[in-house]
Amino acid sequence: MTEPLDTAALAAALAVALPLAGALAALVLGRRAGDVIVVTGPAMALVAAALIAGIVETGPARIAVGGFAPPLGIALVADGLAATFVATTLAVMAAALAIARGGLVARLRETRRGYAFVALAHLAWGALNAVFLSGDLFNLYVALELLGLAAIALVALEGKPETLAAAIRYAWFALTGSLLYLAGAILLYSEAGTLDIALTATRATESATMLVAGALMTAGLCAKTALFPLHAWLPPAHAGAPAPASAILSALVPKASFVVLARLWLEALPAIATPALGPLLGGLGAAAILYGSVLALRQERLKLLVAYSTIAQIGYLFLLFPLAGGALGTQPWAAGAWSGAMLHGVSHALAKAAMFLAAGLVLARLGHDRIAGLSGLARAMPMTAFALGLAAVTLMGLPPSGGFIAKYLLLVAAFASGQGAWALVMLGGGLLAALYLFPVLGRLLAKEDPEKTEPAGPPPSAAREAIPLLLAALAVALGFASVWPTALLAIGRPGAAVEGLE
Amino acid sequence: MSPDLAPNATLYALVGAALVGLGLYGLVARRHPLRRLVGFNVMGSGLFIVFGATGTAPGLAPDPVPQALIITGIVVAFSATALITALAGRYAALTGRAGLPEETPPPDGDAAGRPEAS
Repeated sequence: MTEPLDTAALAAALAVALPLAGALAALVLGRRAGDVIVVTGPAMALVAAALIAGIVETGPARIAVGGFAPPLGIALVADGLAATFVATTLAVMAAALAIARGGLVARLRETRRGYAFVALAHLAWGALNAVFLSGDLFNLYVALELLGLAAIALVALEGKPETLAAAIRYAWFALTGSLLYLAGAILLYSEAGTLDIALTATRATESATMLVAGALMTAGLCAKTALFPLHAWLPPAHAGAPAPASAILSALVPKASFVVLARLWLEALPAIATPALGPLLGGLGAAAILYGSVLALRQERLKLLVAYSTIAQIGYLFLLFPLAGGALGTQPWAAGAWSGAMLHGVSHALAKAAMFLAAGLVLARLGHDRIAGLSGLARAMPMTAFALGLAAVTLMGLPPSGGFIAKYLLLVAAFASGQGAWALVMLGGGLLAALYLFPVLGRLLAKEDPEKTEPAGPPPSAAREAIPLLLAALAVALGFASVWPTALLAIGRPGAAVEGLE
Repeated sequence: MSPDLAPNATLYALVGAALVGLGLYGLVARRHPLRRLVGFNVMGSGLFIVFGATGTAPGLAPDPVPQALIITGIVVAFSATALITALAGRYAALTGRAGLPEETPPPDGDAAGRPEAS
């Protein structure tokens, strides 16, 4: 008994299945694994286009996998949020795998690590899409676990003692987080009798059990998202991985657990969100913005600076909860706050991936990534320097970038809801981002050091230099064309789906 | 909404809860990776027992959903255990130490060692 498949349903299923098939293909191909992206990239582009076209035409689609309806079956939900992040994931994955094809994979051709990267990246890709498209809290648990295991292995890819230590440390946070999430899901099931998000929303009643369930799941997801004060594992893990892996880890992996958290409180449990939830998560986000930025200021190595900046940028996402969470979901400004937070997630993903990939090119050329030793690089590697500059514009939230539009939407929501304090934090965060990024850019544009060391590697090909530049340009272009992603994000948005005053 | 548990199920749930506590202690308070892993597995098993207990009520057929999800959860926990064991084993082989240092030194991607490619 299956229902006829429409475009969005088929695309949603393929979005999970195709990358997993790519992971298998990478294992089979071994030394030629780098070529997998030549097939999976265009194929996933078609899938993402079909998914977006399908939901723009018919609205959010619910797919009962195998024809079993919830509560027994597991639903995939293709809404605007899912489609937006499926497309973002495609852009980052395609860039990371394409740049690795001529670098990491080629360099490690004779070892298993080269094709392990391709396989793990595709595994993470399938898991990410499964997270974005799942409408069931237990299915989300399985998808998050698959993503976590792939991410831990990506951190350990270099196989050096310090990266192994970072991977193991990451694993303890991720696993403790998933056990907390699982404990919450079990309590929720015992109370509501379902784990389907839509059904939970209709059955959730305020009870101690429900609140404890929500709290446990929230704590677990915050550990996985590296929200302050559970962030300590992130910088060594993300900075120690090979650059294409760092790009995937920093740009995409925290977004997955954040999307689950957003779905949990805005779609599954808005009825039991206590007034304290928003200020609590928002406060931790604000602390993350300030703390991550201050630590980024103190870094002397480019990859570590970019990793600390991730901690700060994750903080902005959590301002969603005080501005659009719980009972506020029906307020007129909630729509703007929601679009702003999600748009921030997208533009940060693109800019952060661009930065890590550019940092990787710098590292391969110079043999180090000490910021003090980057003098004159703008002349030697102009495209890479320009990519770093454009990505920095988005991270600082300067117009006309996607980061600016996202921040603007969040600022408007903060003032409209009479919570100006969050706006101050955002503006302070933008200023701090400028403070830690300008020295890097200034160093790139500085005169060459006369006592320069010999470069460690050959200059990268123009094609590989163009990849981070394309990503960074996409992040800026989001600002020019923010109407479309905002409209896409609004499809199936939780709460009042009407913009403006009612 | 929550039905009363069958008499035996209460015992199961309490035993499961005790295991969760024991496992969490091992996971948080121990430093040796294998002890932590044992803690992780004890805590996971405790959660599964609690979950199984929630699916029973007097006079009703047992709920099959928790059982299906527990099977899935066991597979996930097993995979995670295998991965960490491999990582910890590799780390011990390279450094001669099982436990991690207190502070992770910043990863060294510069002049020392071979440069990593992008």
